[in-house]
Amino acid sequence: MSWFSSAMSSTLGKKVLMALTGLFLVTFLIVHLIGNFQLLANDDGQSFNIYAKFMTTNPVIKTTSYLLYATFIVHIIWAIILTLQNRKSRPVGYAQTASNNSTWSSRNMGILGTIILIFLVIHLRNFWYEMHWGGIPTATYDGSEYKDLFSIVDFSFNNIFYVLLYTISMIGLMFHLYHGFKSAFQTLGLNHPKYNNLIKGLGYGIAIIIPALFAAIPIIMYLN
Amino acid sequence: MKIKLKVWRQKNASDKGNFKTYDLDDISEDMSFLEMFDILNEDLVKKNEDPIHFDHDCREGICGMCSMYINGHPHGPKQTTTCQLHMRSFKDGDTITVEPWRAKSFPVVKDLVVDRSSFDRVMQSGGYVSVNTGGVPDANEIPIPKKIADEAFDAATCIGCGACVAACKNASAMLFVSAKVSQLAMLPQGQVERKSRAENMVAQMDEEGFGACTNTGACSAECPKGISLENIARMNREYLGAKASSDNL
Ligand code: HEM
Ligand code: SF4
Ligand code: FES
Repeated sequence: MSWFSSAMSSTLGKKVLMALTGLFLVTFLIVHLIGNFQLLANDDGQSFNIYAKFMTTNPVIKTTSYLLYATFIVHIIWAIILTLQNRKSRPVGYAQTASNNSTWSSRNMGILGTIILIFLVIHLRNFWYEMHWGGIPTATYDGSEYKDLFSIVDFSFNNIFYVLLYTISMIGLMFHLYHGFKSAFQTLGLNHPKYNNLIKGLGYGIAIIIPALFAAIPIIMYLN
Repeated sequence: MKIKLKVWRQKNASDKGNFKTYDLDDISEDMSFLEMFDILNEDLVKKNEDPIHFDHDCREGICGMCSMYINGHPHGPKQTTTCQLHMRSFKDGDTITVEPWRAKSFPVVKDLVVDRSSFDRVMQSGGYVSVNTGGVPDANEIPIPKKIADEAFDAATCIGCGACVAACKNASAMLFVSAKVSQLAMLPQGQVERKSRAENMVAQMDEEGFGACTNTGACSAECPKGISLENIARMNREYLGAKASSDNL
């Protein structure tokens, strides 16, 4: 086995891949969130639809999106591999375990990830699939035709169950990132008293603010 | 004190095992947890029953031999070894659940005794310095900053008890292995084998079937020596650096 594949197949290597993909997904979340704000522009979706067209046609963004799909797939598959491996390391469990030696989110990354995954499948089916292959209505701005993704989003966000699903999933994401962000730095060996507080603070900030803003958009659109 | 003990009894490695309950009426709060087991065992021997097997050696918190998973914590509710845990940490009338360490890499031998030789094999794979160091050098010959010496010493206080593995939800041995890798990586004597040590000890850790770290921190919270999570980050750096730059192609 080459040194590289032996490194990547070790438990440490697998975790490094989790950490790198996880942090890449965080940057994706930030970009995605900024785009979503245009849903609130109050222009019947014009700026959002123009943005959506740009995101699905611009070659640089398209290439990056393939990297993003791969990142998600690797993060999910490696999460399953690691979680199963970790289960196998303790075939007989304890009758009684304490919970005051670690945080709840750190012990339940698999469950939290599964919540995100379920959301992801529904979310992709409703919006991403419709945008690419669905029979989507169109809108015309300045003589050019655009797919009216906004109308689909607006329709979904008027469904209380969809808004609830969205909100609950964002709470899952919140706890996932609450542990995940700082954990990724530790996995990469980046633990130093000079930066630890910064990483922790940044992680808690990102974990709370990003999902809260994501969830605020459907809630605001539902209430309007 | 009156204590109700719920103890895991298992005849041998292949036995299924089950909990058995024992009532103890006359326990002094000054007894150590192991002394309480001694009293119980004397009683069992008098009654011609099989005494409860458990590991112990120094009984002063330095050998790492005592184990026991007590009320959901390795070594019980205090951050110490089982031999240094006293009955005053419990209340009169308490029910105490005692289980063996649970991990695929720590198979149960009998009752509360588990086989921790997987740790020995990890040590044999690189937890040593094999260069001939010659006679004792002059104390000032090898300058080491106090901070580094302290950090290396802190890592070296790991007694190899396995509480970190027992506490971890993934039965991961990262805290133990990282303490051993760190202790030698920080000192001049450890430099010669620094890279091969990190590579080999991690490989052996995986070989033994310990889980991966999810950075829950339960290990460090339960470690009787308070080994810090910084060691795990250091081992990650050591390992990745070694993999990327060692002569081992
Ligand atoms: C946008 C979505 C997501 C983001 C931003 C994200 C981010 C992260 C981050 C930063 C980590 C920490 C890595 C480390 O501990 O070194 C992590 C770990 C983890 N993620 Fe995700 N994740 C996402 C989606 C998912 C999904 C869909 C799953 C499920 C299948 C999942 C399962 C896990 C698991 C199980 C871990 C812990 C792995 C371990 O520590 O061994 N994640 N994630
Ligand atoms: S790191 Fe702590 S808990 Fe783990 S073996 Fe060493 S002393 Fe025991
Ligand atoms: S018996 Fe030696 S540490 Fe407990």
